[in-house]
Formats: sequence, structure tokens, C-alpha cells
Amino acid sequence: MIAELGHFCLILALCVALAQGLLPLAGAVRGNARWIAFARPAAAAQFVLVALAFIALAWSFAQNDFSVAYVAQHSNTKLPLAYRLSAVWGGHEGSLLLWILLLAGWTLAVALASGPLPEAMVGRTIGVLGLVAVGFHAFILFTSNPFERLLQVPAEGRDLNPLLQDPGLIFHPPMLYMGYVGFSVAFALAIAALASGRLDAAWARWSRPWTTAAWVFLTLGIALGSYWAYYELGWGGWWFWDPVENASFMPWLIGTALIHSLAVTEKRGVLKNWTLLLAITAFSLSLLGTFLVRSGVLTSVHAFATDPRRGIFILLLLVLVIGASLVLFAVRAPRVASGGAFDLVSRETFLLANNVLLTVACATVFLGTLYPLAVDALGMGKISVGPPYFNAVFGPLMVPLLFLVALGPHAAWRSASLAELLARSRVAFAFAVIGGLALPFALGGFSPLVALGLFLVLWIIACTFLQVRSRVALRGGAPALLRQPAGYWGMHLAHLGLAVCVFGVVVSKGYETEKEVRMAQGDTLAIGGYSLRLVGMREAPGPNYSAVVGAVELSRDGKLLKVLRPEKRTYFSSQMPMTEAAIDPGLTRDIYVSIGEPLGGGAWSVRVYYKPFIVWIWGGALLMALGGLLALSDRRYRRGRATAQAAAMQGAKA
Amino acid sequence: MNRLLCLLAALLLPLGLQAREAPPVAADEAVEQRLVKIAEELRCLVCQNESLAASRADLALDLKREVRAMIKAGRTDAEIRDFMVKRYGDFVLYRPPLKESTLLLWLGPFALLLAGFAVLAIFVRRRRAAKATILSAEDERRADALLKGSEHP
Amino acid sequence: MRIGLIIAFFALVALLAIGLTRNPREVPSPLIGKPAPAFELPRLGQPARFSPAEMRGKVWLLNVWASWCVSCRDEHPVLVEFSRTRRVPLIGLNYKDPSEDALKWLARYGDPYDFSVVDANGRIGIDYGVYGVPETYLIDRGGVIRYKQIGPVTPELMAQKILPLIQELER
Repeated sequence: MIAELGHFCLILALCVALAQGLLPLAGAVRGNARWIAFARPAAAAQFVLVALAFIALAWSFAQNDFSVAYVAQHSNTKLPLAYRLSAVWGGHEGSLLLWILLLAGWTLAVALASGPLPEAMVGRTIGVLGLVAVGFHAFILFTSNPFERLLQVPAEGRDLNPLLQDPGLIFHPPMLYMGYVGFSVAFALAIAALASGRLDAAWARWSRPWTTAAWVFLTLGIALGSYWAYYELGWGGWWFWDPVENASFMPWLIGTALIHSLAVTEKRGVLKNWTLLLAITAFSLSLLGTFLVRSGVLTSVHAFATDPRRGIFILLLLVLVIGASLVLFAVRAPRVASGGAFDLVSRETFLLANNVLLTVACATVFLGTLYPLAVDALGMGKISVGPPYFNAVFGPLMVPLLFLVALGPHAAWRSASLAELLARSRVAFAFAVIGGLALPFALGGFSPLVALGLFLVLWIIACTFLQVRSRVALRGGAPALLRQPAGYWGMHLAHLGLAVCVFGVVVSKGYETEKEVRMAQGDTLAIGGYSLRLVGMREAPGPNYSAVVGAVELSRDGKLLKVLRPEKRTYFSSQMPMTEAAIDPGLTRDIYVSIGEPLGGGAWSVRVYYKPFIVWIWGGALLMALGGLLALSDRRYRRGRATAQAAAMQGAKA
Repeated sequence: MNRLLCLLAALLLPLGLQAREAPPVAADEAVEQRLVKIAEELRCLVCQNESLAASRADLALDLKREVRAMIKAGRTDAEIRDFMVKRYGDFVLYRPPLKESTLLLWLGPFALLLAGFAVLAIFVRRRRAAKATILSAEDERRADALLKGSEHP
Repeated sequence: MRIGLIIAFFALVALLAIGLTRNPREVPSPLIGKPAPAFELPRLGQPARFSPAEMRGKVWLLNVWASWCVSCRDEHPVLVEFSRTRRVPLIGLNYKDPSEDALKWLARYGDPYDFSVVDANGRIGIDYGVYGVPETYLIDRGGVIRYKQIGPVTPELMAQKILPLIQELER
């Protein structure tokens, strides 16, 4: 009954989405204020209906209702409740429902927070989001209904994939999807602006916080996923250039470019077409990611079980959404470049270079991800494009980007003096060169690549410091710091986060050590100045698995620091062996222990990694996200909402 | 006497074990390091996108054994890669070889970068020439008005 | 420029559409058109040994199978059906399988093979690029591999692909 209610809510939501998509758009075209006014209540109704459907599915999981096929496939009575609830998005159908719920959530947020915008613009934006929702509702209802019943009810469910039975499942997908779906708002705003022909600074200013918000979620989502892979997969890797990872990385790269190009468009009125195109592209790449993950065209560790019917449906959706937006862009985007002039050396040029580099980086990931498909489709055989390719090509693209990140904030809008720029950054450059050359020796040996990486890190940090200092000097001492807009601090924090992340990547890659040893009770192992000792192994039952748990003492200079407990689990339902690594995380190093196979005679193969500064990778991502949050809190985005609305209304009447 | 020795040995054995440094799993660590280096760039055929080095699949273990044997037999990395390609095709190589069909893959990113900066240069030159248009100033003012609500346009 | 964008997008869509019809996990064998790798292995349940060189002048099928392989069960009736016609020799390569299990399996489901050879440690499988049992190789009179099927042979595949190819090769 509950499942049928959920299904019914979804059908109603499709009807509401149709109305939400068509009425306000028609109203905006025909100048019918009542039709436009339908947008907000429709968005609210849409959210309530999808939330009810979502709760119905969660309820079915909580109640172990195995008559629902999706529940039977992804849950089990022995599964702990937290995982039963997050199993809602543990498979294709439910994760699609999560996607739709978040889309409805973003739409509701737009409806609630769109005070300062003209009503027609709000109507158009919510309308476009409604049309996107129609596509996804149709997709879930016609090809992937999560509420489908089984005729023969199994006594027990098939269980959730053991890899997913982890706290990572609770947080990673919702965060990631918030990011993916969040770009739909910037997309809808771009389409609305194109449709109305009002490509003004208000559009750009209004798009900025929404883009940043989506970007913050996507950054956190990707970082969480990466950390999850790091501790779950058991060999200490954190990024594999897997097609599914790439699918989330591409919108991130374009989203980052979009944040920067929006700044130019808002401040200087230039680059409107390019910004529009980026807004369309960011969301299109989210949709493309959905296609890649759910259609089975590429093999991936993370892909969902596939069904060609679904692939065709999403492809159709891609054609409709992206194709229509590109056609609209081709027809309506202004043909005359507008906006202010600027010099070769100026903030604008730096931001443009950022855009070129990020776009090319995204195109590279795109090329590498889809190239095997293209070669196959053209009948030229099968090839694989893996980490060696991406590392070889992506690295060189990041070097100029990191170099310019440091300089950009120093350059003034319109026109900056190259001489002044050089003079200001000379000290930073010298500092970074010396530090980049010296630091590797302190960390454990010189290598040119590590030196280059550290130079870039120090360069960003030093330039940021100098920039803040000169701003203080210019604006009258320390109190001026507090008067700087939040956006200013957000930018610097995000850039420093990038530097921190790069530091983690470079140092952990450059100085990690790995040992695979045969350990019996009492055996010791020395790694990175630490000593590990296997105290013993014991059987330990879990709720839905049995495990062998090792106790490994971690000590330094004879002092016991911690007992690590790596596990090897065998899940009852799938009999799949899973290694659960034990990690002693630290600011300067992680000690990572994972158990391999039993080697007979009570000995086990044990893998131990010493990874210096690896948490800085995710710490840096966290700083980037915090920078985004800080920028979001900027007062400029919230100024005088009520009065602005009144003004806009009057303006519309006039 | 013999008994005493046995007793001593039995007493000493656990102590001896306790102090023992765990030996590497691999018999020859140099071979193993080369194996990992090679296997990281080879794709496991039966897995969902995993490298041979990371995979614990049956075939992957067999192939690693094969590669280990070849390393011990003194074959070069190129010979080992060739052995794999002869059996499974270019598909096993995570680093696609540079040939006609992969030209675009390897050169594409750098060509794009050049093209991107060329477009950038043209754009910046035009902008330098352009006078600040009245339209943009008007735009900015209108946006400010909307957001501040100080006046309506 | 703008039109180019739209054309590029639809080219991508076409590419993805073709991609939908492909199986990304199927790897074409580079061995097609190459001589079948030589080996000499004991026959299953017989004292004699076998080497592909003995098949010179004949068109024959080499089918890789194992008792632990689930989809081998699916293709088994097709092979049994084929062996009744005695069209060409069908030789099994029993891959990484204890011989007792293999013999039991054949006794239970029927033995379509002229005989099978034992590849106990999978070494020959590697030479043939086996990665997904069952696999079937069609080898011509000159000992060259002409066709490889990865995964179970279906009746359609047998009728539409393998039998016509045999006919062609025997001409």
C-alpha cells in the first residue's frame, strides 16, 4: 500500500511538473501574470509529492518490504537500519529518485529565495526546471520504477553490495547529487535569460551564488567519494580516473570555470555568450554523467546494473535538454560582443586564461573517457585509456593553471601594470623557488616533479599572503581586513585550499612507502619511523558478515600509540570477501594497514602503507568548499530583498 | 640434556618469534617492484576497470605469475607488454600506444590548449581596441537598481 | 561557430547511440588470422597427448570449458547438438579444472567433444588469450584461427556464423 502511494505521488508529481514547466513559460511569453504566479506553488507541490514518494521508498526499506522488487534487490533483514535507509539510493532506481528529490529541492529553494528577480524571470527559471523534472519523472516512471512489486515475495532480500555498506554511502551520493543537480539552477537561469533576451548583470549576479552553492556540494561530494575509495578499496589509492569519477570531475571543472567567468560577466559585462555556454555545459555534463553511469556504454567499478532501454531513454533526454538549449543558444545569444574594454594585463585576462585551462582540462578528461567508445564505434578496435594517460596529459595542463591562480588576484580589473605585477610577486617567486628546491630534501629526497609541485604550492601561498598584505596597506591597516567582503576571503581560502590539496597530492605520491609482508603473531614491521606489531587475529561476528580482525600495535620509539584493527569480512549474502583497512590518520602522515590472504601456518599477508600528508588532499578540498561557503555568505547577494522586489514589480509594470 | 635443550628451545621460541621482523611476501622484492610497475599499466580483463596490479581475480593472479616469470627470465618491459598485447590486444594497455587511431587522443589536449590560447589572444586584442560601451554601464546600473532597490530603471 | 556546436553535439549523440549497441567488455582477439599457438597437453581421461599440429589439413573447433563455469552449461546443449552432426572435429580445452570434476561433469551432461585436453594451470589459456570461459575458436586447415567466440555459443550463432564459416573454410 505504501509503495503504491509512493508510486501514485510520483505520477502526480509528473503532472505537476508538466504544469510547472508549461504554464509559467507560456505566461512569460504571453505576459500573463497569473500563469507566471503558478510557478512557486507548483514548485512547492512538486517538492512535497517527490518527498512523499521518497519517504514511501525509505519506509519500504525500513519495514523490509521485499514485495517491492527494488527493496528485495538491495536490502536484507540483517542489514543495519542506517544502511537499509541509505540503500534507498544504493541502486539505479532509488538513486534516480534521490536525483529527482534534490532537483525538486533546488527548485523549491529557487522559489523561496527568488525575491529580487523579476517575476517573469522566476517563472521562466522554475518553468525550465519543471521541464527537466518532466524528463526525469518520465524516465523513472517508464523505465526504472522503484516501487514495482514482485509477484512472488521472497522471504529474504538479496542484500546491498558489501562495498556500499559503509558510512560513505550515507553522505557521498547525496552530496554529489546536490552538486550535479545544483547546476540545473545556473542552467535554468541561463535558459531563462536567453529566452527573455535579458542578459544583464542582474542575471549574472543572480547566477553566482547558485553556481557557487552547487560547486561547494560537488567539491564535497567528490572529496568524500575519494576518501571513501581510499579507505574502502584496500590499496590506498584515492583517484582512479574511472569513467564514473571522470563523470563527476568534468562538471566540477566546468563549474569552476563558470564561477570565474560569472565574475567577469557580472563585474564587466563581457563574455556573456561564453558564460551562457558554460552554464549550459556544466549541467549538460551532469546529464552526460548520468548517461555514462546508467547506460552501460563504459565499464566502471561504480556503474549500476544496466539495461539498454534506459540508455536509449537518457540519450533521448540528453538530445531534448541539451539539443534544445544549444539551438536556443544559437538563435538567441547576442551576436554583438558587449561589455567593457580591458588590457592584455588585467584581471579579465587572468580569468579568461583560467577558463581556457579549465575548459581544456575538462575536454581532456572528456576525450580520455569517451575515446575508447569512439574508437570502438568507428570499428578501429578496442583500446583502454587509463590512469597513465590521464596523469601524463592532465598534469602539464595543471601547471600553468596553478601558476596563474596565484597571480590573478593581484591584477586589477580593466588594466594592470605588468611591471607592478612583477615587482609585487618577485619576493614570492624567489621564496617559492628556494622553498621548492629545499623542501624536498627535508621531506626525504629530491625529485624534480616534487620540486615543481612544491614550488607551485609555495607560490600560491606566498602570493596570497602578499595580496592580503598589500590590500591591508592600501585600505588603511588591519581594521580594513574585517571590512573586506566575504567573497574576497572566500576566493583566497579556496585558492589556498587548492594549494593544500596539491601539496597533499605531490608529497603523498612522492614519498609514500608500501610494504607487503608475511606476518604471524608477534611479527614486527618498521615503516616510516614507526613500528608495527601483529598482536593477534581473531574471529569477530558482524551483523550480516563474519570477520577476521587483526590487532596491530602501532608504536614509535618504543611507545605504544594505538592499536589498529584491520578486518577481512565475508558477507553472508554474497560470500564476497572484503578488506576493511585500518588507518591511523594524522596531519603529517597516515599509516594504512590492510589484511590480505592467509598464507598458512597462522601467517597472513599484510599490506602496510606510509603516506605522508595524504589527508591534506581532502583537507584542501574542504578548504575549497569552505571558501565557496564564505563567498556565498557575501552580503551583496542578499541586499534589500523586499525593496528590490517592489522595485522589480514596478519596473515590470512600467 | 636433550630434554633440557628442548625445554630451552620451547621457552626461547616465542621470544624469538616476538622479535622477528616480518619478511616480505614476495621472494624477490626487486622483481615484485618491477611487476607492480608493469601491472599498474595493464588492464585486468575480467574486472570492471581495474588494473592488473590491483586485481585479485583468478586470471589476474595467473597473469601476474606469468609476468613474474618473464621478469625472472630477463625480459624487458617492452617484451612483456608485447606478450600481453599479442594475446589480448591493445585493450590491455592502460597507456594507449601512439598510433594513427590514437593520434587525436594524445595530441588533442595540447592542440586544444593552443587553440584556446589563440582564441584568447584574439579576444583580448579586440577587447583592448573596444571602447567601454554605454550599454554595459547602463546594464550595471540597472542591475544595481534591481538588487539594491534604490530606484527603478 | 554556433552551428558547429550543434553539429558536434549531435555527432556525440550518434557516437553514444552506437556505443549503446556495443558490449564494452568484449575484447576482439588479436589472434584472428594468426596461427593457433602450439601446445602439447594430455587428453582428459586418456593416456594420449594432443598437439594442434595433428589437426593440419582439417577445419576444427576448439572449445574452452570448465566444470565450474556456469555459462558453459548454457552452451552445452548447443555443442551436444553440433557433435551429433559430426560436421568438424570439436576438441575441448578443459581450463583450470580438476580432471575428476571435469569427467563427472561430462558424464552428467553428455560429452560432445571428440576429446578434451587438460590445461590444469591455465598456461595454454593465456597463450590463447582466454579471459571469459567459455570461448570457442574456429581453426582452418592451415592451423590459422579464423574466428573466436567469447562467451556461450548460441544456436543462432552456430547457424548464422559458425556453420557458414566452416562451409567456406572447407571449400
